[in-house]
Amino acid sequence: MSTPSTAPAKGRRFNGLPLIGPSVTVLLIWMIVPLVMTVWFSLQRYNLLDPTVTGFAGIDNYEFLVTDPDFWASLANTLILVGSVLAITVVGGTLLAVLFDQPFPGRDVARLFAIAPFFVMPTVAALIWKNLMMHPIYGVFGAAARALGLPAVDWFADHPLLSVILIVSWEWLPFALLILLTAVQSLDREQLEAARMDGAGAVAQFVYIVLPHLSRAISVVVMIETIFLLTVFAEIYVTTAGGPGNATTNLAFLIYARALLQYDVGGASAGGVVAIVLANIVAFFLVRTIARRLEV
Amino acid sequence: MATLRLRALRKSYGTAEIIKGVDLDIADREFAVFVGPSGCGKSTLLRMIAGLEEITDGDLFIDGARVNEVGPADRGLAMVFQSYALYPHMSVRDNMAFALKLAGASKAERAAKVAEASRILQLDAYLDRKPKDLSGGQRQRVAIGRAIVRHPKIFLFDEPLSNLDAALRGQMRIELARLHRDLAATMIYVTHDQVEAMTMADKIVVLQAGRIEQVGSPLELYHHPANLFVAGFIGSPRMNLLPVRVVSGDPAGVRVGLPGGGEVVVPVDSTRAAPGTGVTLGIRPEALKPGAEGALAGAVRHVERLGGLTLAHVAVTDSAVADGATVVAQIEGSAPVRVGETIRLTIDPGATHLFDGEGRALPHQSRHPLAA
Amino acid sequence: MVKQSLSRRIGIAVLGWGAAFVLFFPLLWMLLTSLKSEPEAVTPSIAFTPTLQAYGDVLARADYLAFALNSVIIAIGGTVLALALAIPAAYVMAFHPTKRTRSTLLWMLSTKMLPSVGVLVPIYLLFRTLGLLDTRIGLILVYTLMNLPIVVWMLFTFFKEVPNDILEAGRMDGARTGAEVWHLLLPLTLPGVASTGLLSLILCWNEAFWSLNLTSSAAAPLTAFIASFSSPQGLFFAKLSAASTVAVAPILVFGWLSQRQLVRGLTFGAVK
Repeated sequence: MSTPSTAPAKGRRFNGLPLIGPSVTVLLIWMIVPLVMTVWFSLQRYNLLDPTVTGFAGIDNYEFLVTDPDFWASLANTLILVGSVLAITVVGGTLLAVLFDQPFPGRDVARLFAIAPFFVMPTVAALIWKNLMMHPIYGVFGAAARALGLPAVDWFADHPLLSVILIVSWEWLPFALLILLTAVQSLDREQLEAARMDGAGAVAQFVYIVLPHLSRAISVVVMIETIFLLTVFAEIYVTTAGGPGNATTNLAFLIYARALLQYDVGGASAGGVVAIVLANIVAFFLVRTIARRLEV
Repeated sequence: MATLRLRALRKSYGTAEIIKGVDLDIADREFAVFVGPSGCGKSTLLRMIAGLEEITDGDLFIDGARVNEVGPADRGLAMVFQSYALYPHMSVRDNMAFALKLAGASKAERAAKVAEASRILQLDAYLDRKPKDLSGGQRQRVAIGRAIVRHPKIFLFDEPLSNLDAALRGQMRIELARLHRDLAATMIYVTHDQVEAMTMADKIVVLQAGRIEQVGSPLELYHHPANLFVAGFIGSPRMNLLPVRVVSGDPAGVRVGLPGGGEVVVPVDSTRAAPGTGVTLGIRPEALKPGAEGALAGAVRHVERLGGLTLAHVAVTDSAVADGATVVAQIEGSAPVRVGETIRLTIDPGATHLFDGEGRALPHQSRHPLAA
Repeated sequence: MVKQSLSRRIGIAVLGWGAAFVLFFPLLWMLLTSLKSEPEAVTPSIAFTPTLQAYGDVLARADYLAFALNSVIIAIGGTVLALALAIPAAYVMAFHPTKRTRSTLLWMLSTKMLPSVGVLVPIYLLFRTLGLLDTRIGLILVYTLMNLPIVVWMLFTFFKEVPNDILEAGRMDGARTGAEVWHLLLPLTLPGVASTGLLSLILCWNEAFWSLNLTSSAAAPLTAFIASFSSPQGLFFAKLSAASTVAVAPILVFGWLSQRQLVRGLTFGAVK
C-alpha cells in the first residue's frame, strides 16, 4: 500500500537527525578529507623543503615507489611482521584460552597477569624489551645465556625483525587470549559432555568441538589484529628506527620517513595509498563478518 | 471527560499493512477491550493511540482534538505494559513519582499523589523497595499506580495480566474493574483472553488481521455475533459449527436439515436463505441437552468432567453433509454420560445461529434482552 | 563434572601460572628495576635494597608532570568528547532504527579501518595549516575521531540490551528524548557506559602514532615522554623503569576493571 506522494505525512516520525548528525558529519569529514588529500598529493610533485618542486606528477610517485627497493623491502617486512605475529598470537591465544578455561587455583588472578601486556603503551613495551630484556650486556636474556654458559645474543643487531616480532606478539597475545577466552566460555558445556559420552578424548573434543566453535572469534581476531599490525609504528620508532639498514622498515615507518624525515609529500602519499588499499582488503572481510552478526 | 475517535486509521511497515483502516469511537468513562488472536494488530492499535507507533494514515482524536502529530509525552495518556516496564533503578515511590517529577510537580504534591495511589493499591509497605524485590502481582500494582498518579485522560493496558498466574489474574480482574468504577476513567484494555474481555468490558472490539470484526457489549457479541469469526472467538467452549442446508424459510425462521436427518428452525431473518443453499449452523454448547426426542444423535467420543459442568464430545452420525462432525454439549452438573454410548441431544433454537456462505450472520428475529 | 585426577589438576595449575608468569615477567622486571639504584639496575640481581630513588628522580624532572598532565587532559578530553558525540548517535540507532541504521553502523566501523599511516601526510599538513600541531586540542580531536566508531558501537550493543518497554513507559510518563536518556537510559546502562569510557581512556592513553608525529613538547603525552628514553639516556634503566611503571600502572588498573566489556568493544560486538 502506498499513499499518494502529495499527501502530507500523517504521523509523527521521530527525528533522529540532530542526534546522529554530528557523529556522522565529523566521521565523514575525518574519512573523506584526508583520503582525497592523500590521493591528490600522491599525484603531485610536492616537497616541503623545496618549494620549487611543484606540479602534476601523474603516476611518477607510484613509479618511483615501485622501482625503489626500500619499498619492496618494507612491503616484505610488513607482511612478515603481520604474518608472524598473527601465527604466534592466534595459536598461542587459542591454547592459552583453553588453558584458562580450565579451573585451577587462583585462575582469575593468573588471568589478570596474563592479559596485562595488552594495556601497556607501545613505547613502554618496546623500551622494556629492548633494554631490560634483550640488551646483550644488561638484559635478562643476556644474563640468562651467560649463566648457562652460552654467548649472549645481540638481538637488535643480529635478529632485528625477529626482535620486533617478539615485542609486538607479546603485546597482542593477551588480546587474542582475552577475545578467545570469552568465546570459549560461551561454548555450551553440554556439547562437550555429549562428545565425552560419544567417546571423544581431550584432543578430539578440542579439534571437533572447541576449534569449530572458536572459528568465528579467531577470524575476528585475525582481522582486527591485521588492521593494527599493518601500521605498527611506535615499537619500531623507539627500538630500531627502521634499521639496521632497512631490516625493520615496514610500510608505516617508510611513509613516516618519507614524509617527516625527507619531507617528500608526494612519495609518502603514494605509500599511504598503498597502505589504505592493503588495509581495505582486510577491512572488507572484517566488515562482512561483523555485518552477518549485526542485528538492528 | 475523555473521548477517543479513530477514523480510517492505518499502519504499515514498508509494504506490509498491519492496521487496515479502523473506525472506532470510545465514549467517556468507557472500559473498552481490544481482543483478537495474536498478530491481529490489537497491540499495534493501542500503541498508535499511545503515540508510540507512528500513524501511517487516518486521524486520531482525543477529546475532539487531532493528535496524530502529538508525541506520547504530550497526549496525556498513561499505559500499563505487559512487562510492567518498571524503572529498575528506581524505588516504587520514585517509579510512581517519575511522571510528576518530569511535569514539574512540587515535592508535596508528588508525595500526596503517591500516597493516594499507594493507598488505593495497598502498596504502602513497599514504597522504598526496588522492583526486583517485588512479586509479580506487586509489580503489576506499581505499574498501575504509576498510571493512576498522573490522572491521565485515558488509561491504556497492554495485556497487563498475561504474566500472572491464574489465581492472581482472577483477583486482578476484579480489582481493575473496581478501579475503573472508582476512578470513573476511560480505559482501553488489550488482551487475547476472552474471559478478561467478557468480564471487564463495557465495549469489546474484536480485531482480526488489522480490521475490526465487530464492536459491541460482551453479551451482544455473545448472543449476536456478526460473523463466523466472532462466533468462534467469543465463548468457551467454542460454538459448535455445522455445515447444513436450508430446507425452507418460514415465518418462525429458517428450517435447516441436521446430520442424521433431523431438522431445526433457527429464528433468523429468512429473506436471504433460499431452500437448498449451504449455510453454517452455529449452536452454543449449552444449547445442547440430552433428551430422548433430541434432533441430533451420535456416539459419545470423550467426556470432560469439570464437576459443575460436563462436556460431552459427540460424533454426530449418518449425514451426507457433515460426515463425522463432532459437537460439544455443555451439560449442567455431573451428567451420567459415558464414552461409547449413543445419546440424543435436543437443541434450544433460541441459542442457535446461521451464517451465510461468506460467514456473515443472518440477523435474529429478536434481540436478546440483555444485548439490546 | 567428572572428578579430574590430582596430577592433571596440578599440571593445569602449573601451566596456567607458568604462562601468566612468562607473560607478566617483563612488567615484573620493570617494577623490580624501578626499585633499584642505577648501578644495580643494570645487573640481573634480585637481591637488592629497594629504593624509591628512581621515582624521585623522574618526578623531580619538571617536565614529567607536564607530560603526565597532557596525558590526563588529552585522554579525558578525547573520551568525554567521544561519549558526548556517541551517546545520542547510539541512542538513535538502538531505539529509533531506520532502514539506514545498519549501513550507518557498518560505515562507521569501516572508517576505523582507515590506517592512520595512510593519512599521516594530509593530517600533518592540515594540522600545520590550522596551527594544531603540538596542541592538546589537536590530539583530543584526533583521538575523538579515532575512537568514535568503537565508542558508538560499544554503546549501541549496551543500549540494545535495555528493553524498549522501559523507555516507552518513560515517554508515556512525559519524558522527552533528553529526559529519557538522562533519567532512564544512562542510569540503566551505567556499567556499560563506564566501561566504554574506560576503553576510550585506555586507547587514548596508549596511543603512540599520532602522539609521536603530531606533538613535540608542549602537548606531548607520556607515550612521547617514554619514547624520549630511546635516546642514550634510556640506559638509565631504573629511571626508565620508574617512568614506565608510573605511566602504565593507572591504565593497567582500568584495563583489569573493564576486561570483560572490552572484548565487546574491541570486536565491535562480534564476540561477547
